[in-house]
Amino acid sequence: MMALLLRDLRLAFRSGGGFGLALAFFLLVAVLVPLGVGPDGATLGRIAPGILWVGALLSCLLSLDRVFALDYEDGSLDLLAASPMPMEGVVAVKALAHWLVTGLPLTALSPLLALMLNLPPGGFLWLLATLLVGTPALSIIGAFGAALVVGIKRGGLLLSLLVLPLYVPTLIFGAEVVRRGALGMSVATPMVLLAAVTLGSLATLPFAAAAAIRISLR
Amino acid sequence: MSIWEYANPVRFMRLTDRVLPIVAGLAALALALGLVWGFFFTPDDYKQGSTVKILYIHVPAATMAVSAWFMMLVTSLIWLVRRHHVSALSAKAAAPVGMVFTLIGLITGAIWGQPMWGTWWAWDPRLTSFLILFLFYLGYMALWEAIEDSDMAADLTAVLCIVGSVFAFLSRYAVNFWNQGLHQGASLSLDKKEHVSDVFWQPLVISIGGFGLLFVALVLARTRTEIRLRRASALMARERRVA
Repeated sequence: MMALLLRDLRLAFRSGGGFGLALAFFLLVAVLVPLGVGPDGATLGRIAPGILWVGALLSCLLSLDRVFALDYEDGSLDLLAASPMPMEGVVAVKALAHWLVTGLPLTALSPLLALMLNLPPGGFLWLLATLLVGTPALSIIGAFGAALVVGIKRGGLLLSLLVLPLYVPTLIFGAEVVRRGALGMSVATPMVLLAAVTLGSLATLPFAAAAAIRISLR
Repeated sequence: MSIWEYANPVRFMRLTDRVLPIVAGLAALALALGLVWGFFFTPDDYKQGSTVKILYIHVPAATMAVSAWFMMLVTSLIWLVRRHHVSALSAKAAAPVGMVFTLIGLITGAIWGQPMWGTWWAWDPRLTSFLILFLFYLGYMALWEAIEDSDMAADLTAVLCIVGSVFAFLSRYAVNFWNQGLHQGASLSLDKKEHVSDVFWQPLVISIGGFGLLFVALVLARTRTEIRLRRASALMARERRVA
């Protein structure tokens, strides 16, 4: 499992176009929105939680089609399926690798972008916390979507149609926590629900994704 | 004698051949009765005037939009467990029907919302969750279309339907968090005394029944088409092998 994780990480770092791209995209979203909305600080501060969360969502989506598709094309996925490691484990490891190269750097970059978007100071801690708690859900839900379309040529667009509706609960709870945090309100309930969505997805979706991959490899 | 007998496509076709005209006729009857009664023989609401009459389309369509997804969930589970092709095909057949009902619910809601709320669209929890349901239908149908191997498509869409149901349900309650509603509460319920007044209630129940029967009729007709399509492509494949 460790070997697979290291292999995926190495591929992501060395093959180019995967690792930095999501971060650059996140940055671009944060730059484009003020250009579209106008430079008014109060407005930006009010919509910053939403922009940052939607940006994180879209950046995660960007690299999803690489999670299984490349391994499917060159046959490594068949080898992984034949290996003694259960497919559920493969899915979990690949989602973890995806999270390490997108979710985690996105979380680390987010305070900087929040500063640029004039997020009220109370929101920073919660932005970090929600992205840290929420992005694993984005990765595992995305891995499930990627598993569904693994056998389809040019499944990228379909992937976003399938995955984005599944991101709705995470987005709502995540942005709600940051919004409430920025206004100095209590954040306990949406935070707990966000964590619940993440833990529930982590516990169940590897099985659904593994089932989808087994079907596609049949 | 069990329901599983009709998992056999031949038996299913023979049964539905007889049942379909009856269901379709009943649907037409109930719809005609419910809608005509609702449109012409109920008083205007004291606040909403005659706009309230769109209720007889809006509520049944919305009810069936959710029921259709639930039916797809059940038939998808049956497909995954018992591998009956008719079950998978009926889920495929139900999706566009459910999607259209969702769209009807959204559009009639917008038409109703304009005079009553002063806006075509509001980011109200119910409206938003219906929009999300609509997206789920689109994704489900797109996945069916994208996969060529029909058994694989049936399997993968069934998995999507099950996971999607959980997330659609989650979204339905998550949106409550994010905005207080403009939409009124349930028009009908079994456990509450308070719902719409009896004069509106009776034609409404009939038109909900009519929409339900219409849904059954459409799904049966579409499932029959899918079965015939499957047979035709099997025949064509055989021809090609012989030639």
